[in-house]
Amino acid sequence: MKKYKLNGYLVAGIILTGIIILWIIAGRFYTPYNPTKMSSAKLQGPSLAHLFGTDKFGRDIFSRVMQGSGTTLVIAVLTILIGSVCGTIVGAMTGYFGGMLDEVLMRINDALTAFPSILLALVIISILGPGKQNVIIALGIVFIPSYARVTRTAFASQREVNYITSARLMGASSSRILLVHMLPNTLHVLLPAMTIGFNNAVLAEASMSFLGIGVTPPDVSMGYMLSEAQGMFKSAPWYALSVGMVIALLVFGVGLIGEGLQRRNKEVD
Amino acid sequence: MLEVRDLHVKFHNRDREAVAGVSFTIREGEILGLVGESGSGKSVTAMSIAGLLPRKKCDYRGDVLVDGEDMLHADRSFLRKVQGSKIGVVFQEPMSAMDPLMKVGKQVEEVLEIHTDMKPEERKKRAIEALTDVELPDPEAVYDKYPHELSGGMLQRSMIAAAIVSRPGLLLLDEPTTALDVTIQAQILKLLEKLNKEYGMSMLFISHNLNVVRKLCKRVAVMQKGVIVEEGLTDDVFFRPQHPYTQHLIACIPARVKVIAKKNAESRMPTELTEGTVLSVNAETDVKGGERYE
Amino acid sequence: MKFAVRRITALLITMIMVSFLAFAAFHMISGDPAQAILGTNATPERLELMRQQLGLDKPFLVQYFSWLTGFFSGNLGISYSYRQPVASLIMPKLKVTLLMVMISFVIIVVCSLPLGLRSAQKASGRFDWVRTTIGQLCMAVPAFFLSILVSYLFGIVLKWFTPGDFPKIDRNFAGAVRYLFFAAVCIAIPRIAMTVRMLRSTIIQEMEKDYVRTAISRGNDRSEVLRKHVLKNSLVPTITFLGQTMAEIVGGSIVVEQVFGIPGMGRFLVASISNRDYPVVEALVVILAFWVILSGTVADLIGQKIDPRLRLGGRA
Repeated sequence: MKKYKLNGYLVAGIILTGIIILWIIAGRFYTPYNPTKMSSAKLQGPSLAHLFGTDKFGRDIFSRVMQGSGTTLVIAVLTILIGSVCGTIVGAMTGYFGGMLDEVLMRINDALTAFPSILLALVIISILGPGKQNVIIALGIVFIPSYARVTRTAFASQREVNYITSARLMGASSSRILLVHMLPNTLHVLLPAMTIGFNNAVLAEASMSFLGIGVTPPDVSMGYMLSEAQGMFKSAPWYALSVGMVIALLVFGVGLIGEGLQRRNKEVD
Repeated sequence: MLEVRDLHVKFHNRDREAVAGVSFTIREGEILGLVGESGSGKSVTAMSIAGLLPRKKCDYRGDVLVDGEDMLHADRSFLRKVQGSKIGVVFQEPMSAMDPLMKVGKQVEEVLEIHTDMKPEERKKRAIEALTDVELPDPEAVYDKYPHELSGGMLQRSMIAAAIVSRPGLLLLDEPTTALDVTIQAQILKLLEKLNKEYGMSMLFISHNLNVVRKLCKRVAVMQKGVIVEEGLTDDVFFRPQHPYTQHLIACIPARVKVIAKKNAESRMPTELTEGTVLSVNAETDVKGGERYE
Repeated sequence: MKFAVRRITALLITMIMVSFLAFAAFHMISGDPAQAILGTNATPERLELMRQQLGLDKPFLVQYFSWLTGFFSGNLGISYSYRQPVASLIMPKLKVTLLMVMISFVIIVVCSLPLGLRSAQKASGRFDWVRTTIGQLCMAVPAFFLSILVSYLFGIVLKWFTPGDFPKIDRNFAGAVRYLFFAAVCIAIPRIAMTVRMLRSTIIQEMEKDYVRTAISRGNDRSEVLRKHVLKNSLVPTITFLGQTMAEIVGGSIVVEQVFGIPGMGRFLVASISNRDYPVVEALVVILAFWVILSGTVADLIGQKIDPRLRLGGRA
């Protein structure tokens, strides 16, 4: 089996993403300084003591980014969980059973995808109000249709495959067929879709918090910090640069994993 | 016309040679059948002759001479001049072998556009002549159709028209009838026979179906695992197969077809039929049913 | 022709569904519009009168249809915070955003087509991974971060435009275009990377098809096959993708307008969400959704012109 074959993109992506995620998780337990308190002189440029410098309140940016990216990561992970689990359920139902259910759900899907994702998230937020939980719910809902579409195709294409037919003839129940026989075979499309979804979630959360309609204090996320940093860009450009860089590296790493997964799929074909 | 000498082709991602030392010749105006199951190297042989080998992905040696000129090692600019003008190719799946977004007529005259300085009206005239040659009803209408608007049989006729529009000396037919149903298959074979007689075109006819080959070709070569295991006059190979693989291939042909074959062979060359009887075990079954194959 | 009729019917149905969803959602959350317009110290009599004027005493469906007919005749309701017709508030902002989206779209098309072609032709080359990596990097940089950098570098350091001082389109069109160009580039860069990637894989896929071999057997070079056959065959998926791009640019413009201080729809939308100015949000959401649906339909109609097979209704 070539199934576990790695390629350069996959390795590079996993290493890069792994380092960043470990760093972010570490930030949950330890930061060099207290991210919300003044730790030294204001508006200091990057130095050994303050790798990313300090902001206009004298807070250590490195510590702030470490903690703030944790919020972003949690939101992104929960978002793709909601999106992919619900999306896969919808996709499995419509793809496997077909018929009326398929028609109706796919029409609703079409109507939902008519909104640009950020717009839909904004609308949901305008209904639910801002805050961390609501951002997760809004983005989760926004991402359901795309997963539903991807998994629907994967499930529908398997419906008439021989081993599924024979499993059905042997009396396996629909849920067993869906879970045991079909789900593992949709992973190859689901995984790349999840990497893309993760990146979209990170960028969407950052955009929303940046606009001031996402995460609200005391929660701090990357987007929130970037909007904070924009205000002091002239006096402390290192703030915006370090936040932007961490987001870009995280998205870049996961993007490489996605690229690697897709290329591997092609090779296996 | 065509001479292949000790052709070897090995793809980088395969352990075994796809073609392992194949030699044969086709004389002016002759049709040679090349038979073998899929993976036996017959298509790769044809691709080598047509200059379509993916050269970066394989090693190759030997000689392929078309009208005395080497095709295997020739550079791209030379191949370009020969492809289409001296060698026409017809592929298996007419539907996918045609550009879905280009009108059939334009695809037929593409060869003329590349190889001649004919004016558009002249090219169109020639294309319609070619479409008439392949016995398509209403060739003017077909000229303006898109591939998806035609049936498989009509498409394959158009493909043949595109291959013969510049009157190449050699026609390579890579399983041209495999994707078609039996009646259409028979029509296409008749058409090829007519073209061969009318224009004296040499042909290399590739098929996995010995029975189809028998109807068109006087000579046949049988390929297995990259080598030609048997070659000779079709009736000899068909009725007196020497190689076990050929015997196996023939054993796969339904008996009633063999009876018809025998009858035909009798009328053609009555001196050679004695051993043919060996093949017809169930000789008396349903001769009528077999007639539709003719 | 039949295809066009069917496609446009589908367009209208989707538009009605989308507008209904939006209307219903905002109907549920917006509370009492009369109260919102008149403020908290209005007398009950005046509130009642206002409700009647707004038609709030009528059944839900009737309200929806009068809103819908109002929408298409340019009556988008009254803004809560500005106490002005929404239509007159939105129009100038719509112009700005449309102009920016157009500029961005042109940049995307002009840059990605040649880059995508090149990247497909060199796909098996030694530097393919460099191109892929650069593409992934471009997709990874958030548009608003890019905007901050661009507005700092070109606005404050190089002074090619003055951030925050957006010229009026009617008075200084060239100046406005110049200002919008920088924002449009920020929206375009990640999309260019995506379009190049899509083009690369589409063209490679097409080059592996049987008809390419046929074309080569007729004496075409690979570059000729690309020009005569493959490009046209790759065009339909590309146009579909560009239709989606049109939609995504609008989404991207929301954030970028904020950074560049461009008085467009996106910025107005965000402000209205914060102010809970629901009539404005509702109108903007529906306009943006219509824009997305419309670009998808236009892409389909163009695709159908190119690929006659689609006229048979091959795609659901």
